[in-house]
Amino acid sequence: MSTTSHDADREAPAVDMVTATIDGTDVSVPKGTMIIRAAELVGVEVPRFCDHPLLEPVAACRACLVEIEGMPKPQPSCAVPLGDGMVVKTQVSSEVADTAQKGVMEFLLINHPLDCPICDKGGECPLQNQAMSVGRPESRFTGQKREFPKPIPVSSEILLDRERCVSCARCTRFADQIAGDPFIALLERGAQQQVGIGEEPFDSYFSGNTIQICPVGALTSAEYRFRSRPFDLVSVPSACEHCASGCALRTDSRHGAVMRRQAGDDPEVNEEWSCDKGRFAFPYLAEDRLTTPLVREGGQLRKASWPEALRRAADGLATARGRSAVLPGGRLTMEDAYAYSRFARVALATDDIDMRARPASDEEASFLTGHVAGSCGPVYRDLEHAPAVLLVAFEPEEESPIVFLRLRKAARRGTRVVSVAPLASDGLAKMSGTLIGSVPGSSAAALGSLDDDTTAALKQPGAVIMVGERAALEPGTFAAAARLAADTGAQLAWVPRRAGERGAVDAGCLPGLLPGGRPLTEPAARRDVAAAWGIAADELPHRAGRSLAEVVAQIAADHQAGSQQAEDGDEFQPEIGALLVAGVEAADIPDPAGFLAAVAAAPFVVSLETRPSEVTARADVVLPVGVVTEKSGAFVDWEGRRRPFGRAIPQAAAFTDATVLAMLSDYMDLDPAPRDVDTLRDEIASLGAWQGTRPAVAAAAAAQTPPPGPGEALLASWRHLLDLGVMQEGEPHLAGTRRPSVARMSSATAAGIGVADGDAVRVSGPRGSVTLPLVVTEMADGIVWVPWNSPDSRILLDLGACPGELIRLQRGDA
Amino acid sequence: MANTPLTPVITAHWDDPQSWSIDSYRSHGGYSAVADVLKADPDQVIETIKDSGLRGRGGAGFPTGMKWGFVPQGDGKPHYLVVNADESEPGACKDIPIMLANPHALVEGVIIAAYAIRAKHAFIYIRGEVPHPIRRVRQAVAQASAAGLVGENILGSGFDLDIVVHGGAGAYICGEETALLDSLEGRRGQPRLKPPFPAVAGLYASPTVVNNVETIASVPYIVRNGDAWFRQFGTEKSPGFKVWAVSGHVNRPGIYEAPMGITMRELLAYAGGMRDGRDVKFWLPGGSSVPMLTPDHLDIPLTYEDMAEAGTMLGTGTPMLYDNTMSVVKAVTRWLEFYKHESCGKCTPCREGTFWITGTLQKFQAGHAEDSEVDTLVQLCQQILGRSFCALGDAAATPYPAALKHFREEFTAALTQPPDEVFDPAAAMIIPSLSGVGS
Repeated sequence: MSTTSHDADREAPAVDMVTATIDGTDVSVPKGTMIIRAAELVGVEVPRFCDHPLLEPVAACRACLVEIEGMPKPQPSCAVPLGDGMVVKTQVSSEVADTAQKGVMEFLLINHPLDCPICDKGGECPLQNQAMSVGRPESRFTGQKREFPKPIPVSSEILLDRERCVSCARCTRFADQIAGDPFIALLERGAQQQVGIGEEPFDSYFSGNTIQICPVGALTSAEYRFRSRPFDLVSVPSACEHCASGCALRTDSRHGAVMRRQAGDDPEVNEEWSCDKGRFAFPYLAEDRLTTPLVREGGQLRKASWPEALRRAADGLATARGRSAVLPGGRLTMEDAYAYSRFARVALATDDIDMRARPASDEEASFLTGHVAGSCGPVYRDLEHAPAVLLVAFEPEEESPIVFLRLRKAARRGTRVVSVAPLASDGLAKMSGTLIGSVPGSSAAALGSLDDDTTAALKQPGAVIMVGERAALEPGTFAAAARLAADTGAQLAWVPRRAGERGAVDAGCLPGLLPGGRPLTEPAARRDVAAAWGIAADELPHRAGRSLAEVVAQIAADHQAGSQQAEDGDEFQPEIGALLVAGVEAADIPDPAGFLAAVAAAPFVVSLETRPSEVTARADVVLPVGVVTEKSGAFVDWEGRRRPFGRAIPQAAAFTDATVLAMLSDYMDLDPAPRDVDTLRDEIASLGAWQGTRPAVAAAAAAQTPPPGPGEALLASWRHLLDLGVMQEGEPHLAGTRRPSVARMSSATAAGIGVADGDAVRVSGPRGSVTLPLVVTEMADGIVWVPWNSPDSRILLDLGACPGELIRLQRGDA
Repeated sequence: MANTPLTPVITAHWDDPQSWSIDSYRSHGGYSAVADVLKADPDQVIETIKDSGLRGRGGAGFPTGMKWGFVPQGDGKPHYLVVNADESEPGACKDIPIMLANPHALVEGVIIAAYAIRAKHAFIYIRGEVPHPIRRVRQAVAQASAAGLVGENILGSGFDLDIVVHGGAGAYICGEETALLDSLEGRRGQPRLKPPFPAVAGLYASPTVVNNVETIASVPYIVRNGDAWFRQFGTEKSPGFKVWAVSGHVNRPGIYEAPMGITMRELLAYAGGMRDGRDVKFWLPGGSSVPMLTPDHLDIPLTYEDMAEAGTMLGTGTPMLYDNTMSVVKAVTRWLEFYKHESCGKCTPCREGTFWITGTLQKFQAGHAEDSEVDTLVQLCQQILGRSFCALGDAAATPYPAALKHFREEFTAALTQPPDEVFDPAAAMIIPSLSGVGS
């Protein structure tokens, strides 16, 4: 399976070094290294506020002044690169530097309210800490401090206390330089200088980072403000469970409850950033949890003991051995996913396993088998240095925000970003990207007819093609992308949206795919896996199983046939006798009603869940499992990089999915299955990645959608990062920063139904319609874009349509 | 008493009717050199200015020709000439009169300077609070354009030049050249981190020369008359003539053009001496941001080098003189109130230091400061001087230590008695009928 080792075998480019003296100690650093960071190497911490290694220097706070021989005035060490032969004296060896730093610190405190006892930052505050080391014990300032009303919201989530601000401009530089959302800026002048917003609030997906890098308590979140003190928190490094970006996080809890989450520092992945979903969307973890097993009795679910529930589940599943289907969802750790993969094949003797709780295709499955599972692709660092990156059915800012940040960083250095999409999103503009306009459902055509310029760009060494999971709705696109990568030599990456999908692919949670990228039909692959699992190769299922959609269709067919035969009085054995479901939201599946009908119709359903859902409501046995903070494990990010994490709430008592599956194995009288994370990891590691041949991508035929007639359009859509996802529940302040739901179409399309910019548009599909304000957008005619799962716009539930399908358009008031 | 003669050059014809018109300017030889200059090698023009020894008249005195020479040539980037006409320093009032009375000298200077540095676009950034010079310079540019001196293919030379006259929005900091560039680009005016210097990456990240109005207005005369002619005025290190703007308690405040090296006593004589025959109490050679001097310094030549030796700076060459009706405490307080108001807020020492110092000086002004604050203020100024981001902080840190050096007793007296009780504010007013206004 994939590992992190692919960083190690990359050769580091030659670096020019400079040698200088800091406080009498010789130091050699790469050319361009700022003095402040070179000083750290000799063990000297120069005070700082505005300095941040990932932001451009501004030299505004003047806290880091040092003496440089030959220069008449002390210099800001954050903004002066160490030069060859320079003789630098910091506060350690220079009276001038020492007094300069102390003078600045004294100035910084005169207008600061010194309200540390009631400040969120108190206890982890750079101003507080450096005031202790550089400041005077008592203030000489006796005047009136400047005052501001406080706090003021700059968004529903971010609150600003201007009195505490030291005007370091970290937040405004972050918003401008890193996020590309310059909605906050410094206003006014002199001591009245303050951070502020214009007409728009600070609704950036990355706004929470400003709180974390604020060196004082000027920026706080509505979610955390006044809820805890840093010294009362238990902090555990963790990995984000929301998307496949793979952010390192830190989870801070108090008395067993998560109080906040911060971005972790991982230069190879998220650097020091996280998105607001990863940071603020955690209240769901504690909402409405299942605490005991449930079993169905007399048509109703009732609480049951673990032994009773396990007995019922094991018996039901054993009865349907060889005729069961497993739908593990895309949010599992790689260990839990592996446990499902193993349980399906060993305990249930089925290959009907599909983790894709979303639009999916057979072409995608063959692409994942052939190009993704257990393999190493490009990594973040490759994006940063790529000459060109082609995005296909992928909106990084909405679907993998840390990929977006890295691509934006790259684009600011000259990387050319090109997107194949129906319209140029705001995110693409922030990456200075160019659009190759495509018709929904027909990206393959666009990939097959790239202009020479783009093709040439992709032929440059280091170019990357990134394909998003929505390519499953674009027949032929995976095959076209694979061909393009082969033709140009570009690296190819697949970026799913959910945190667990890549790990589940590696674990073999797809029909026809065994762990480590092993094709089910390859004899050698079967032998590897069977040996690891302690069974005979012959005991593994012999042919590829059903996808989620096929399972749903089969249950429906069984149900129909069963009803028929019951009428005829015959005994009927359904092809699918039991369903094992974990963490699947019906609303994510293209046909939510059909899926729920199948769950209801399935003869026996076991659900492993964290909270009540539409699936648990239809299950025969419900077994509660732990949420991400209650267990250890690892996610695998889009790179294929493992993101291990430990239990964030040490006192939490909850089973992992793998443990529950192992217990079920026991109750089914099977050989013991691995149940703890370490054993699972050992087994995964010993199995390793498949080295044999892989199948080619089986291209799907192009869609045969007729061209839109009058009043019709092809649906285009993707999810907003912040939307109606269940894992964002319970955080209204975060929800307040969501992007507004709008419909987008070209001016000609709008004119065709008699609407103009700002008018209401009604978009109707098979299930119903949504009405949204129109934003006329530069895009091809005959296409309408609406958000996937946002307020007033849920395409699967409200429209019953997927992107690429024909829908109807009318005026909103018609 | 005045042995150094006045040498009107830029100001020579200000008493002409409509001296600002292109006809008046041309009648005195204006624009006569443009055609020849545009045929010459631009580097030769730079050499001429280098040889003349012209030093920047905006305050710092940097050699103008050398600044022009820093612009990399053949770099494929557009070059820009920016004229800093954001004259806002308390006491400085020389660029505004030049723009009002002789705007075409500025325009001609712009044409020559832009040609020398190979700029096709020039900007004149004029202080926003002074609409008259903005209108007049705009009119001058329009007249020059109509005469074919600005625009495409000037006088058939193949040289194109577009001149934009831009009004500022009212911030002293925009007189700092990099803040000016930010402002000109449409941003909030705050100084930029250097390097890169404007000569390498200035306006729109392209090589840019920023020169003061008087500097550029001197250029046509130097080019027309030669560098040797220019060097016959002034001293070796401070050559040329200078437009001196004398203000304060003098009988005839105003503009006096005289060579570098003239003394304050001589200039004061031209200005009709102190009012009512009083004595000079203190004076500043070039704006409120240079250390003050006393009557002991009246005979020191007004040059960059001599002023530096006397512990002050020539600055903008706009002397302010005060007689003994003036409270030093009040003067320093008012200057600091200005700097506090104008501090851009970017760096800590200037932002917080001007806030603190001004508040403390206001306590002196009210007659209830603490004894220890006399010396605390010196330390606060030391915490700003040389530590701030740009020269605004240095300027704010300058008046108090200089004032304390010469007039410590006035500050200690103010610990218990408001200076206004000792120095009648009405008596210090230059226009007595306005006494009480703004006190």
